[in-house]
Amino acid sequence: MTAPINPADSLLERAPQALRDLVTSHFPQPWRWFANGLLADVAILAVFGLLFAALTLAERKILGRVQNRPGPNRTGPFGLLQPIADGIKMLSKEDIVPRDADHLLHFLAPVTLLASAIMAFAVIPYGRNLVPVDLDAGVLYFFCVGATTELAVFMAGWSSHNKYSLLAAMRALAQLISYELPLLLSWVPVVMISGTLSTTGIVAAQSGWRWGWMPTWHVFTPWGLAGFIIFMVSALAESNRSPFDLPEAESELIAGHLTEYSGCKYVFFFMAEYFGMTALSGMAVTLFLGGWHAPLPALEFIPSYAWFGIKLISLLMGFIWIRATFPRLRMDQLTRFAWKFLVPLALINLATAAFWSLSFGWSGPMLAARCGVALVLVIVPFVLLGRRLTAGLAPRSYAYAT
Amino acid sequence: MTPSPLVPTGGATVRAVNDEFHGDLLEVSMGPHHPSTHGVFRMVVTLDGERITKLKPVLGYLHRNHEKIGESTSYLGSMPYTDRLDYLNAMTNNWAYALAVERLGGLSVPERAEYLRVILAELSRLQNHVCLAGFLLQDTGASGTPLMYAFREREKILDLFEALSGSRMMCNFQRFGGCRTDASPAWLAQVAALVGGFGRFLDEFEELITGNEILMARTQGVGVLKGPAAVAAGITGPMLRAAGVGYDIRKVDGYGLYPRFTFRVPIGAHGDTYDRYMIRILEMRESIGILEQALRDIPAGPIMDPKAKLRGFRPKPGESYGRIEGPKGEIGFYLISDGSANPYRYRVRPPSFVNLTVLEDLCLGHTIADSVVILGSIDIVLGEVDR
Repeated sequence: MTAPINPADSLLERAPQALRDLVTSHFPQPWRWFANGLLADVAILAVFGLLFAALTLAERKILGRVQNRPGPNRTGPFGLLQPIADGIKMLSKEDIVPRDADHLLHFLAPVTLLASAIMAFAVIPYGRNLVPVDLDAGVLYFFCVGATTELAVFMAGWSSHNKYSLLAAMRALAQLISYELPLLLSWVPVVMISGTLSTTGIVAAQSGWRWGWMPTWHVFTPWGLAGFIIFMVSALAESNRSPFDLPEAESELIAGHLTEYSGCKYVFFFMAEYFGMTALSGMAVTLFLGGWHAPLPALEFIPSYAWFGIKLISLLMGFIWIRATFPRLRMDQLTRFAWKFLVPLALINLATAAFWSLSFGWSGPMLAARCGVALVLVIVPFVLLGRRLTAGLAPRSYAYAT
Repeated sequence: MTPSPLVPTGGATVRAVNDEFHGDLLEVSMGPHHPSTHGVFRMVVTLDGERITKLKPVLGYLHRNHEKIGESTSYLGSMPYTDRLDYLNAMTNNWAYALAVERLGGLSVPERAEYLRVILAELSRLQNHVCLAGFLLQDTGASGTPLMYAFREREKILDLFEALSGSRMMCNFQRFGGCRTDASPAWLAQVAALVGGFGRFLDEFEELITGNEILMARTQGVGVLKGPAAVAAGITGPMLRAAGVGYDIRKVDGYGLYPRFTFRVPIGAHGDTYDRYMIRILEMRESIGILEQALRDIPAGPIMDPKAKLRGFRPKPGESYGRIEGPKGEIGFYLISDGSANPYRYRVRPPSFVNLTVLEDLCLGHTIADSVVILGSIDIVLGEVDR
């Protein structure tokens, strides 16, 4: 190995910014910030648009393999052109609006949904110095934007003038109120510990190594792990993914709020779901999984944005994997799960994080005590609340008639 | 009546309710084109929020005048038509009809044919139950994985049916007095291979989903049917046994060669959807045992009663009722002969239809999501319900 170089200076690491400077240096200085912003928009749309296409294919392929079938394999080699075929098909379809629908809202719903899903990408740090907008309250902005998606789902359900869509709209609102809370509470400890609401600040707080090799990501602390799990479960519900896909529960509500949508508007919903899933995964990476930091010092030669991508895609694969197996919850069970399990856990987790922060200076045997107390604070409520949640549910044994 | 501000005006049917807390009820017509009504079944559900306050089943979209056609067709001519009743279980439909005609005409069945009937009926039960488990889990929202697992096994059984009878589902295989074609040793070996692997498949399937908390939460305590109510409604089959009544026509009537086989009849204690699901899983395990015994003991010999006259069959005037334990319950055929070549009266006792009668009782007070799961656990086939 040659002389160690600062990973921040490597050619690949600086490539995105070098590329940006190459393009925008032609602009006069006063306009450069605007050009930079525009370029970031284009890059986000291009990268995540492609990721969306790849993700739809990956989801269908993985679901296919899980279910003993090949998945799409007719368009191009291994079905790789399937997203393009899907796109052409969906975009060339007739846009049908029910006669009695509220035309304005019916049109606005998918646009609002997609716009807010894309806006969420603005504050995620994709790599070292790679954040489109470095807001002081980036995390807050992210979740404010994310909350509007449910409103758009409600608009879609309401305006479609369809009873199934209306039921879906009711479900979407109940789900929003239930899961917004644990989602927000799950990252408050992160803000408490890192002392900042800025996404870049939170990533910076997770830099460095403990004992020279162990990353100081939040997920490797007891409260961080609990927060991460609560965050991911709530994220599943927020992005209407199985097993929380109640608003579009296909076996009960046909397609829920999507029932009366076709063609391009349907694609918008579809894109928004995947964008939302991607953005939430990106935020989970930022908050808990160390953002763009490498997991081991020896692996820092891989550029930071690649690490972000790897973590992001792993989480997305988790989403797909979960979808492949679980049955769907019922609406009352969904809300009960949020209010009686996730919210108390998230609140207790807040206390755990407070303790963690108080005991910051402990060392030696006290360090072991610190970890022990924190683990107990995380595990005991989980077990107790989980037991109450599943009370009365058990596999049964059966008698035989004589 | 002024429409509620909460419901879009126009097509929505809204009923005023004199209850300021519950507001208006929403009437939703689920079906006949709905992904989860298992065919062209329609439920008109009245919802209070998501709770069902009234459920009206609407039948008849697949009515094909089955019984009247049976009266204007010869006895043999109705045999392929029975395939279309419960189109998942042509083999057992055939058998029940053949049993009724055999009783009418005083025909006997050779031993090998009886064994073949048992083998085919139990295979039919396996594929019906495995389908039901898959569809039920699909109705709970399990994204197709259990269904595809189930269908993989079902395809193997349908391949065996096709090898023997020429058709995967419309088998038209049984004849009064025996069976249509004989099974080759190779075919029996294929059945043995399938039966040998089926237990492993069931283990895999159960490991995938049975212990899942979400599944238990969705099915336990949902759609409870107690034994006395089930008996009063004439429920039969796995649904009755899930309600705790150990009534199995294979044991009660001892038709065919069933008294020769050792098998147990699982019964449920709660009568809920989970019990209905589990009873089917356990019945499949019992069926595997029956199949193993049948494959071990099947003798060589003729497969048709030499006295049987398929074409131009004119039984003496009289009446008969043939019933068997079909996968869905008691499938029976009631025939009255006036001595002519056609039955004077041809009546089907369809298990799906009778089991469906308790749907509203099971669904009341549950949510719209539960109604779909309860309907799935009743196990209906519209070809049989509407006839």
